[in-house]
Amino acid sequence: MPDSVDPMNPPEPLGQLQKPVVAVPSLAQVGREPKTGVSAAILRKIRTSYPRSSRIPDAVFGVIILLSAISVFAIVLLVVWELMDKSRMSLHQFGIGFFYGHDWDPVAGSFGAVPFIYGTLVSSFLALLLAVPASIGVAVFVTEMCPQRLRAIISFLVELLAAIPSVIYGLWGIFVLAPLLREYLEPFLARTLGWTGFFTGPMYGLGMLAAGIILAIMVVPVIASITREVMTAVPQNQREAVLALGATRWEMIRMGVLRNARIGIVGGVILGLGRALGETMAVTMVIGNRPEVARSLFAPGYTMASVIANEFTEATGDLYLSALVEIGLALFLVTLIVNALARLLVWSITGGTARVRA
Amino acid sequence: MPNSVSPAEPQEVSLGRRLANQGATAFAVLAVILVLVPLLAIFVYLVIKGIGSVNLAFLTQTPKPPGEAGGGMANAIVGTGLVLAIASVIGLPLGIGSGIYLAEYGRNRFGDLIRFTADVLNGVPSIVIGIAAYSLVVVPQKHFSAFSGGIALGIMMIPTIARATEEMLLMVPNVIREAALGLGIPKWRTTLSISLRTASAGVITGCMLAFARVAGETAPLLFTAFGNQFWNLKLNQPTAALSLQVFTYAISPYDDWHKQAWAGALILILLIVGAVAAVRIVTSRGMLKGGA
Repeated sequence: MPDSVDPMNPPEPLGQLQKPVVAVPSLAQVGREPKTGVSAAILRKIRTSYPRSSRIPDAVFGVIILLSAISVFAIVLLVVWELMDKSRMSLHQFGIGFFYGHDWDPVAGSFGAVPFIYGTLVSSFLALLLAVPASIGVAVFVTEMCPQRLRAIISFLVELLAAIPSVIYGLWGIFVLAPLLREYLEPFLARTLGWTGFFTGPMYGLGMLAAGIILAIMVVPVIASITREVMTAVPQNQREAVLALGATRWEMIRMGVLRNARIGIVGGVILGLGRALGETMAVTMVIGNRPEVARSLFAPGYTMASVIANEFTEATGDLYLSALVEIGLALFLVTLIVNALARLLVWSITGGTARVRA
Repeated sequence: MPNSVSPAEPQEVSLGRRLANQGATAFAVLAVILVLVPLLAIFVYLVIKGIGSVNLAFLTQTPKPPGEAGGGMANAIVGTGLVLAIASVIGLPLGIGSGIYLAEYGRNRFGDLIRFTADVLNGVPSIVIGIAAYSLVVVPQKHFSAFSGGIALGIMMIPTIARATEEMLLMVPNVIREAALGLGIPKWRTTLSISLRTASAGVITGCMLAFARVAGETAPLLFTAFGNQFWNLKLNQPTAALSLQVFTYAISPYDDWHKQAWAGALILILLIVGAVAAVRIVTSRGMLKGGA
């Protein structure tokens, strides 16, 4: 019966029969193989029966994948190059003096970045001052205190805070937070802490204080999630050892957990700083946008990111544009250093497993 | 599990230590409340102030001049979709591609360099990306365009997707790859049909998170997509975007525009929360639980 098929020995399709099952190995391949008995023979057989037809697709695939990886590197280089190229005029004109000039007067053609650097630093540090204790509190609660069921919910809600676009923070800041500050918080601060000089002058609501508070809300999820991760990375026996010595829960957290995780927590805080330094829209909407250095936190200010956002499309003249790009370059370099530092610190604790979102 | 340990509290713990313990607990609870109150307040205000202005006209009409009531953000909603589509076309293949490189080929010095560069790119302020897209695309083209906005957002998507893809591919057990290769399947096919397929739930999560992250971005669009009060579907013309429109309206002095800004913000957040929630659902049912 010619049609019947032997179940034990099915006929191979014609197409495959035409190919040689074992190709003759090339000399170069034979030379590279280990010369140890049976395994060498098996290896030779595997390598030589590896179909030639898949080598070219493999190579093409490898090249495509390599190119997309290189594109990441190329993009960063391109960004740096464009920033340096477009800011060249300003770099030549003002030199290092750009970073200690107080004057920002586009009409007169004099550009100094001090008011913006001051605004960026003050608003960011104010944000950290408020956000760091809150974030550590949240992380401690989530990892060490709260019931298992609440843990996922609170983590999700805190992460949701990171998903809100900054323009919505700004909108909320203008119409909800600023009136609250103007009516309640700022008069209260002026009464109680006015003597320090930080809380004096007219109360607009919009100003450095509002920017600091909005930024604090925005960086909490960054710091809290890193802190949570480095605290989880602390070995369980550290906690047990401290508890065995008769410590209360707080003493266990302080000595067993926070002390072991402190470097990673600092890393998380610096990562939060990186986010705060570069944050644009929310700050632009609530800080008041006045290029002045004022001691009072009630006064309006300006940041590096928000001057770019506000004036870039209206910049008349090449020097003006160039000065704005130079501020962008400075911002890029500062955030680069801050982020690199933060990552090194976090990696030293978690061994590179922590998921870092900035 | 850190909280599986319950500390014993013997009688002889001094009052000061007990107070410190309770104080710390109270502080942690207070911190959680302080962080969650703004979140709640933002959502409550968005709904209260936004819902009144969301109607059919808002979703189907273009903006009216100031002082004239009515009008909508239909062109901005479409514009956001347009810019995000361009961003995805750029960001998804490059991001997933570099993620595959990092996981499957990049266990070496060059891989470390790419990994570090991706992290650098992730930390670059969005406004700086905007400047770069401006000088790379807008200046040579001599006008603002949807395309340049898409490029700016696409660049921002790459590092997030790349690191998520890498992480998920590394969770795929090596025996699966070895089994595939042992059957004679070529490496490219193994990577795409076996490793990436196995990790797909996590990779999709990463892509959606990157998408949600750039969907609300405003700063890089200020001087790339620029905004537009009229319909535009051309890639090389300035285009409106929801986030830009919310910004413009919020800082304007007109009451009507303020109402529209709240409505626009509500639509924007629904878009983003919808994406994040979809991610949660996908991952909770997917193969790689806890991948989010």
